[in-house]
Amino acid sequence: MGISQQSRGTRLASFELTDFPQPNGREEEWRFTPIADLADLFAGDLKAEVVTQVQGPTGVGVSVETVGLDHPRIGAVPAPTDRLAAAAWAASESATLVTIGGTDTTQPTVVRVIGSQSERPTPSAAQLTIDAKPNSRGLVLLEHTGLARLNQSVEINLGDGADLTVVTVCDWTTGSVHAASHRVRLNKDAHLRHVVVMMGGSLVRITPHIELAGEGASLDALGINVTDSGQHHEAQLFVDHAARNCRSRATYKGALLAAGAHSVWIGDVLIRAAAEGTDTYEENRNLVLAKGAHADSVPNLEIETGQIEGAGHASATGRFDEEQLFYLESRGIPKELARSMVVHAFFAELIARIGQADIAAALTAAVDAKLDQGRAEPA
Amino acid sequence: MTTLEIKDLHVSVDTPEGVKPILRGVSLAVESGQTHAIMGPNGSGKSTLAYSLAGHPKYTVTGGSVLLDGQDVLAMTVDERARAGLFLAMQYPVEVPGVSVANFLRTAKTATSGHAPPLRTWVKEVGSAMDQLRFDREFLERSVNEGFSGGEKKRHEILQMELLEPKIAILDETDSGLDVDALRVVSEGVNRAKANTGVGVMLITHYTRILEYVKPDFVHVFVDGRVVEQGGPALADRLEAEGYDRFLR
Repeated sequence: MGISQQSRGTRLASFELTDFPQPNGREEEWRFTPIADLADLFAGDLKAEVVTQVQGPTGVGVSVETVGLDHPRIGAVPAPTDRLAAAAWAASESATLVTIGGTDTTQPTVVRVIGSQSERPTPSAAQLTIDAKPNSRGLVLLEHTGLARLNQSVEINLGDGADLTVVTVCDWTTGSVHAASHRVRLNKDAHLRHVVVMMGGSLVRITPHIELAGEGASLDALGINVTDSGQHHEAQLFVDHAARNCRSRATYKGALLAAGAHSVWIGDVLIRAAAEGTDTYEENRNLVLAKGAHADSVPNLEIETGQIEGAGHASATGRFDEEQLFYLESRGIPKELARSMVVHAFFAELIARIGQADIAAALTAAVDAKLDQGRAEPA
Repeated sequence: MTTLEIKDLHVSVDTPEGVKPILRGVSLAVESGQTHAIMGPNGSGKSTLAYSLAGHPKYTVTGGSVLLDGQDVLAMTVDERARAGLFLAMQYPVEVPGVSVANFLRTAKTATSGHAPPLRTWVKEVGSAMDQLRFDREFLERSVNEGFSGGEKKRHEILQMELLEPKIAILDETDSGLDVDALRVVSEGVNRAKANTGVGVMLITHYTRILEYVKPDFVHVFVDGRVVEQGGPALADRLEAEGYDRFLR
């Protein structure tokens, strides 16, 4: 368990940038982050250099608009709880609003965030809001490519009974820096499958803050990072159980391929006094495939009521399971291939849980390609 | 015709208390078509012998030699030993979550035979071998050994032995934990492999029960890291009647 100075529930939440002091890097939420590399994203005067394109299945109740931040459906989720998230909000002049109103989940609505044309990208901000209407069903793929320095604010609001999958893929080119604050609210009986995939970029920090605000809401949070030399991939998950009889499952898995790879996972789960009947489990597993790679993993569970169904967490960071490798090798399978099979299998189980065959196949291919590329340097 | 020749093998294991010698000079030769029963009480080093021959990293060979048709087995990596024709059916097969049995079997066959088996004949071959072992074909889609019962794990080991067609197979307590029906089915699998490929078998067991189904040509009594007595099938009967007590005094 991590050592928090304060309850996660009492952390400052505000849309005002000036409410947040500039962090010094020693705070609980910043102590694993190379904060100097983010310095220019903390300001409130960011540009809007990245391009957001939305390509959706048409005629199935998905609409896309650009709206002002004063639009009633913008900012209808939990407020930012750190300065980066507040800066992303403060620096945005408008938001891309994707409304999911249909029930088709066969084809994803694809949101493409494309980096700068310049070799020296300008620090930028972007605001995206995904609003799932009551009882709607939908699938959103949020892709990031190119070179960028982006501070991004993503809001996801699920109406009563909505069932939504949001898959975020960070496939930035080397040199990219991306901070993303996902602020999410699930209303009554809503179900969200929230998937984060960190592959590219030099520094990617995603902070999903997911509030289970309505009775019976259910969350499946999945994360993958494949982290190579010189990359910092960080996920700070906050699951806020604020209502009765909600369920959450979080599984984040990472592979660190080479010396100098760094990943961070912080999993805060708060079960508030009102959240009786909560059923929650979170786990983080890391496979460290080389000496000099480092994974920080901190699960935190705060429970304010005893009337719960279950609450647990697990964290494991290790090298290859030597017994598994021995078993495969003892059947004639060469060591390199045995390793590759074990890593592939490590992610396959998680990818299968995304529940959409095309996205699963694409992710499998992307993960395998990155593993092959990083395999030159065995542990 | 293949010969596995073990000469004066000494093996130690690393324990938290330090290096501990287990095998203290084992000599044994197994030829194609032969079945050797290695019998002994718990803790006598039988499994250490099996794992050492397969090359498990936990064990350190401190003396002696192992030759497979004159080739130095101890100089080979784990996978090279398998490709040279050695097979170990493990007492505790390892779970590999996320790797399907189908993918595992095909990858292993490709590795040991040196080429990918033609898909159509391979699927048939695997299916009929599973049927004969009364091992449900649904297991092909399951993860390797994950959630398998003890009996299912042993069937899976013998399935591999039949499909990979090794020259010499070491069966480490394959009979342990099997009920009488499973024991018969698994033994039939061993006998089929013997008949079809002429595999030489080193059958490691604590009990004589499996020897009613898989007939040994030679019986070796293993105590305290070495062979203390050798004989024909009659020696097994004597052990059944008298136990290991007379060797332990």
